[in-house]
Amino acid sequence: MTAGVPGKLGPALEARDLVVRLGGKRRWLRPAVLPVQAVAGVSMSLRPGETLGLVGESGCGKTTLGRTLLGIQREYSGKIELDGTDVSGLAPAIARRKRRAIQYVHQDAGAALDPWWNVGRTLEEGLVIHGRDDAKERRGKVEAMLSAVGLDRSFKSRYVHELSGGQLRRVVLARILLLQPRIVILDEPTAGLDLSVQATVLSLIADLKAQLGLTYLLISHDLSVIKRMCDRIAVMYLGRIVECGPTSAIFAKPSHPYTRALLAAAPRLAADGRHRRDRLLEGEPPNPRSLPSGCAFRMRCRHAAPSCAQSLPALEPIGQHQHAQEHGEEREHVVACGRWREIAETTPPPALA
Amino acid sequence: MSGDPLLEVKSLRLSVRTDEGLAQILDHVELQLPRGHILGVVGESGCGKSTLARAVLGIMPNRAVLESGEIRFEGEDLLKLPDREMTRRLRGRRIGFIPQDPYLALNPVFKIGAQLLSMLRWHAPPDLRSESDRRRRVLSLLRRVQIPEPELVLERYPHQFSGGQRQRLMIAGALACSPALVVADEPTTALDVTTQLQILTLLRSLTEEFGIAMLFVTHDLGVVAELCDAVTVMYAGQTVETGRTNEVLADPQHPYTQALLACHPDRSGALLGIQGLVPSPLAPPSGCRFSPRCSYAQAQCSRRTPRLVREAPGRFVSCRLADERQRERT
Amino acid sequence: MLILAKFSRDKVAVLGASIVLIAMIIAVLAPLLAPYPGDVAASHLLTRLKPPSFEHPFGTDNLGRDILSRVILGTRGALTIALMVVGTAMLIGVPLGLIAGYYPGWLPEAIMRVTDIFLAVPQLILALALAQLMGPSLQSAMLALTLTYWPFFTRIVYGEARRLKVSLFIDALQCIGAGGARILFLHILPNAISPIIVRATIGMGFTILVAAVLGFLGMGATPPDPDWGLAIAESRQYLPDAWWFSTFPGLAIFITVLGFNLLGDGLRDIVDPRLRRSR
Repeated sequence: MTAGVPGKLGPALEARDLVVRLGGKRRWLRPAVLPVQAVAGVSMSLRPGETLGLVGESGCGKTTLGRTLLGIQREYSGKIELDGTDVSGLAPAIARRKRRAIQYVHQDAGAALDPWWNVGRTLEEGLVIHGRDDAKERRGKVEAMLSAVGLDRSFKSRYVHELSGGQLRRVVLARILLLQPRIVILDEPTAGLDLSVQATVLSLIADLKAQLGLTYLLISHDLSVIKRMCDRIAVMYLGRIVECGPTSAIFAKPSHPYTRALLAAAPRLAADGRHRRDRLLEGEPPNPRSLPSGCAFRMRCRHAAPSCAQSLPALEPIGQHQHAQEHGEEREHVVACGRWREIAETTPPPALA
Repeated sequence: MSGDPLLEVKSLRLSVRTDEGLAQILDHVELQLPRGHILGVVGESGCGKSTLARAVLGIMPNRAVLESGEIRFEGEDLLKLPDREMTRRLRGRRIGFIPQDPYLALNPVFKIGAQLLSMLRWHAPPDLRSESDRRRRVLSLLRRVQIPEPELVLERYPHQFSGGQRQRLMIAGALACSPALVVADEPTTALDVTTQLQILTLLRSLTEEFGIAMLFVTHDLGVVAELCDAVTVMYAGQTVETGRTNEVLADPQHPYTQALLACHPDRSGALLGIQGLVPSPLAPPSGCRFSPRCSYAQAQCSRRTPRLVREAPGRFVSCRLADERQRERT
Repeated sequence: MLILAKFSRDKVAVLGASIVLIAMIIAVLAPLLAPYPGDVAASHLLTRLKPPSFEHPFGTDNLGRDILSRVILGTRGALTIALMVVGTAMLIGVPLGLIAGYYPGWLPEAIMRVTDIFLAVPQLILALALAQLMGPSLQSAMLALTLTYWPFFTRIVYGEARRLKVSLFIDALQCIGAGGARILFLHILPNAISPIIVRATIGMGFTILVAAVLGFLGMGATPPDPDWGLAIAESRQYLPDAWWFSTFPGLAIFITVLGFNLLGDGLRDIVDPRLRRSR
């Protein structure tokens, strides 16, 4: 969990103005189904060796963004660069071949494994697909990987329904790590796990990163997980990144009203119920098929002003004018809100536990 | 609160016959819920908290074997009541239910209005004889759970609502017949944090307004802290600790509660877990069920099931250590 | 073995399985079991239409042949037809269904429309037509049955493949770069096997029944084959006096078809991956 970003290396993975549309189709003799813009112009970069957290509520497009970077979902427009090489505009099967260095860990580990296959065969399969190894080498690699994720050899003969939630995560991790990725996209790696198991899975994920020199894109709605695991955070709302910056900066100085609401809403042990009203974010995200003009958050934003409806706010650096030189960190902290300065001056950030 | 609690579970022991033998799902579960209070039942998956919630509603798992205990609601032992009686008088009427997944609880082919009205028709208090009375009641409930445009909502189908709205509908349904007790089984687990906070705030204000008691099952200690007056911690089918929420969270007595709280991100900077696995209900450890994973365990822990020791009024702990402390005091 | 334990608790399915097993043993050992194995072709006009007796437990037919022997010998024919028809139908129907359910585009659409056309053809009428074209024989009956039975497999497998295609584990396989053939035959097929097996088992019974009907109508087996349907057809003119002539072949059809159906229903419940155990 250190900001282990070596020097001035270029980004491992970069996306520019990425737009992804889902579900549109023309139909014969019937009106066409209009697509939903799940990712609406996202630019982001993933630096080698870092863990970038992608946070937002369900339906905000974070999973779609992850799957598009992976290549299994085709982008509508925009550019994706892997290690400086353009890999955008490809059909899924080709994109996956070009982006083998990126692998994806599904949210629901139990459903992501074939119930008819035992763990040993499941793990070996990835090697068979890409493999140049013979059967003996494969078995050796599988056993080594099983022990790396903290499972013993006996698990090779187990089936999915015989494993606990934590063990399933380990198997899914082992499967993709056998393919020797450099970038791993973790989609809600602890969803549905009990707290006591969650901690062990997270520390395994952190250990593996250090051991294998991985870069993570960690998608989660759980801010406590993000806070523990990530060097930087990107907050998404309705297909756009509304705030992005180093974890410490976001938690210390959340600037977008949505980030503030999200941080404030998380249940905490020291709750006394007194400030609940202030923490409450009213309403629900609007239908992505018919977004309001200007800032998409303004309908729920308590700081909204008429000016918010006029134009879509772009990401702008915080602290650009003051101490930009000595606070390099603040330069990285960007927010897409037209009124963030006024908000920062008038209202204190939410009291965090 | 004086007098008998609204709901009282006494040494409930429940097993389920499975293909691989008898699974002990609940073992000596104890809890008390005074009128108008919110009691959180917290524990990890497989600890039996959902089974307990269902048992209070009079719904037993398939092939269940009730070994001992009673569930007293308003002085009456629900376990002795025939199912017909339970359905006619209590379930949906005196005891409301809010499920984890409202989408599964709503029939997708009927309009919301028809479903809420039929609930009232089955369980209606006598003052709601006419259809228009019932309609008025449904509308006022929908307004109360802050659903915009209730008249239009009645004509919609379940899939036209978001998760949070559906949960509001379920809450309206649970409140329809002015129950004394509402059982909620992880009602906010599938929701986003901002929606979760909305629902928790709504539940708190509704229970205060109508004087309803609530049994709130959850795995999330943070949610318990936000909502519940008291909390019962369960582990592997047993009640391990119970008390006022702030006391239990500030000063946990049972090693399991301590370990669970230590895993919470608000408490620990490091990534702590609990060593070992939750035991299988098919072969639970003898004595204290947490002893194989407990750092304070001694040989005697696995020999004898600890009794529930009263530490303070309303505060019970089931642990050898608490037992010893009490012996020293007396 | 959890699967066997679960299966053995289902008494009806065990009954079905026993019937099918016994029928198969009889079919394999028919020439050894039949008291008069020569009665396939022979005729003994002196002993024609004798009621059940110690020498002929099921009686004799219009040519004096032992009905017990002919019922036993007929088992082999009936099961062979069933196996051939269902096996061929599966070989055609299952891959088509897999392809139609998994791949996008016009090909699946085309496969499914052809399937619909074959589903719309009534089985018996096609069999009668083919018998007219090719001359009544066992082969034409089998061809007709196969042609009308494969679409059932395509339909079932298509539905299963469509369902499994969007499941998470298939998505995960696509993410690690697995190809279409691997996903189809190593992952989707095993997960779709349960309804296929059930359909095949019930289809065996159904085929035996229809084959008997064709034999009865004179469009299937030809004399002197020991066919059950044919025997019933021949017995008609001797009813009601020679009741045993039609009764015993009829019972053979009834029991065998029932056995397959009971077994099929029982299998439905146990072909479930969750019943697999590593230890």
